[in-house]
Parts: sequence; C-alpha cells; structure tokens
Amino acid sequence: MQRKAVALVSGGLDSMLAVKVIQEQGIHVEGINFFTGFCVEGHTHAIRKRDRKKPKRNNALWVAEQLGIKLHIIDIVEEYKEVVFNPKYGYGAHLNPCLDCKIFMVKKAKEWMEAHGFDFIITGEVVGQRPKSQRKDTLPVVQRDSGIGDLLLRPLCAKNLPPTLPEREGWVDRERLYDFSGRSRKPQMALARKFSIEDYAQPAGGCCFLTDEQYSVKLADLWRARGGKQYEMDDIMLLKVGRHIRPAPHFKLIVSREEGEGRFLQGYRGRYPSLKTVSHAGPLALIDGEVSEEELALAARIVARYSQGKNAPEVELEYRDTEGNTRTLKVPPLPPHELNPEWML
Amino acid sequence: MAEGSAVTREILDCRRLLCPMPVIRVQDKVAELHPGDELEAISTDPGALNDIPAWCRINGHQVLEAKERDGEYIVRIRVGSEP
Repeated sequence: MQRKAVALVSGGLDSMLAVKVIQEQGIHVEGINFFTGFCVEGHTHAIRKRDRKKPKRNNALWVAEQLGIKLHIIDIVEEYKEVVFNPKYGYGAHLNPCLDCKIFMVKKAKEWMEAHGFDFIITGEVVGQRPKSQRKDTLPVVQRDSGIGDLLLRPLCAKNLPPTLPEREGWVDRERLYDFSGRSRKPQMALARKFSIEDYAQPAGGCCFLTDEQYSVKLADLWRARGGKQYEMDDIMLLKVGRHIRPAPHFKLIVSREEGEGRFLQGYRGRYPSLKTVSHAGPLALIDGEVSEEELALAARIVARYSQGKNAPEVELEYRDTEGNTRTLKVPPLPPHELNPEWML
Repeated sequence: MAEGSAVTREILDCRRLLCPMPVIRVQDKVAELHPGDELEAISTDPGALNDIPAWCRINGHQVLEAKERDGEYIVRIRVGSEP
C-alpha cells in the first residue's frame, strides 16, 4: 500500500528538500501552503512598480511544479488573527508569533490530512535553525500542541530526533533520512546539489511581514489607534504600502512613494478620504481617521511636501471624500524642519 | 463527460485581489465545477498571469488562454478530469 504524506510547502529550499527526500522513498506527496495575509510572497510585487521587472512567480507553486506534486493553498486569514492577537508562547523580536504559528499550521495540516486520507505530515524543519519554533526544546511542543504527535516527520533532521511512527512502521527508512542541525545552510546546499536543484528561493529575513521591524511598528500603531488588537485584510495590505505618517493619535496619512503605489491606493478612495496634488506631480495620500479643517490643512501641507512643488510657495491639492465629492485646497508645503520625525511610522 | 451534457462556463471576478488570493479563488471555484467546465478568471494583479497557469499545470487543468486585456489579466481554463 502506497503511503501518502502532506508536506508544508513554503516555497523555500528546506521544504523542497524534505519533499524530495520522502518522494525518493516511494511515498506519494502533496503540498499544502497557508496564506495568512502576512506572506511576503506576491503582494508587494504587484504594488510597487520598481518590483515589476522581477519575475512574479509564486515560489510555493513553482516548487510544487519542480517537484511534480499537487499544491493546495489554504486561506487562513480569519482564523490566523487569533494567533497574531494572543500567541500563547509570545512574540519573537517583533510581532512574529513563530511558535504559535507553526503549531497552528501543523494543526490545520492535520485536519487536511485526516479529511483527505493521508498518513502523515512532513516539514522542512531543521533542529537549531531559526526561528524559535525549530529549537530542540520547541520541536516537541509543536507536536504536542498541534495534536499531531509522532505523525510529524522532519526528514532533514529526523536522525537527531526520536523515531516517528512512519519510521517505526517502516513506511520510510530512517537510515535514508538526514541529521542536519544548526544555522549552517551548507548541508542543505549540498543536498540540493545532490538532487540537481540549482534554482531556489532564498528569502531574506523570512517569508512573513511580522518578522519585519518596520512592519511590526506600523501594526502596533494601528492597534493603538484602534484601541485594541484588530485588523482586516485591507488594513494589513495597506501597512505594506507607502509612507505612514501619524501627526496626531486620531489620524494618519498613507502617502504613496511611487506610481505603482499611487495606483494601488486609488482603489481605496471609496473607503478613505484622499488628497492628491494637482498643481505639481506628486503622491496620492489616504487619510485614516477623522480630521478637523485645521488638521486637513496640515495633512495637505505634508502631502505637498512630497510633491515636486515642495519648494514652491503654494501647492494645490484635491481633497476627495469617500462619496467622491471633491474640493480644492491651496497650501504652502510643510518645510522639512516642521515634519516631526516622531510622526513617521 | 456524457455526450450532450452542458458545459458550464463561469466568470470569476478576482479584481483588486493580490496573489495568491486569485489562485485561491480559482482553486475553490474549480472544486465546485466538473471536468470539461470552463472558467474565466479576471484579475488586476499581473502575478495572476503566472500563478493561475502554474496552479493549473500542477493540478491537471488546461489553460485555454492567458492574456492582458485593457489593464486586466484574463486566464481561461478548462477543468481537468483528475479528482
């Protein structure tokens, strides 16, 4: 009887190798990839014009195609919020709940495995590698808290861990698994060469925006402004775009940095009032929060400061409310020394 | 597919969604369709032009057309026979 394994496929090298190692043992493998909303993959490529020259492939799909396996992409945006808001094991250096995230994903993969008649789960985890979900003391926590127990096999470091059920039952040969450990990437690169894998993604700083300091600062600011931990899909996408400037606790501006971002922000003009320079080429800005006339004038001066009229005595802007009603504002651009650095998120 | 049975042709609006959301929408829609049915996904994220065909190739569905039209990205597919 051919055994079936479901692999957590991120699009990186480790999960790719883990699949390959298990495929070599005659196991049928299919991939599963979770979309949390914070995935670096995709989004910014679509938004920023300067990124458009880069290939826009989705690495998880690309990896699946190279391996000849099916890939199931699962939208977990709503359920994932609880992981972000209340991680049992806390956050990492920023707002990254890495250990809770891994537990959650393995738990979801277990549900999928049971619903589809698969036998076990594989991941590309390596003991001692970043992030903290891959420490020697946290690997068993993932197994325990997800409820997967010894049906979770980590082919790249299995020999450093107690034998799992697939090994004990002889579904896979433990001797043909690996004993990688630590942060060195050399064993993975050597194994990639052995499998003639030459092209693979090397994500810098992880595949999740929550590991990014700047992003986490903006998310924490959003929670402060909203009076609690909450977000919608649009919120977390907008945190990836533009300059975020908060001149007062009750409102902030999202100012496009280039044409691609401007086009993207235009799609939100039905949800947020906006400002656009008209006398000079310049950015589009969304206003998140209620503003007084005086604050609107300040917002316009800030936006003007990022236009080509920044040194002009006066810049004309169009204010547009969410209904599409417009009016014109004429303001002197804010001089650099009046732009409080603390406003910049 | 039995001879004479009607082929469903559906249009899926994925405008304003960023990848991989268009792929997820296509994946979920295809799960409701039958082999031979056709689906046209309309996206505004250019990534969909690569990602939807890649998803089709690995999951056994046929890409009939993938093109840009007036700033939108159209991928037309025929549902394959694999479960």
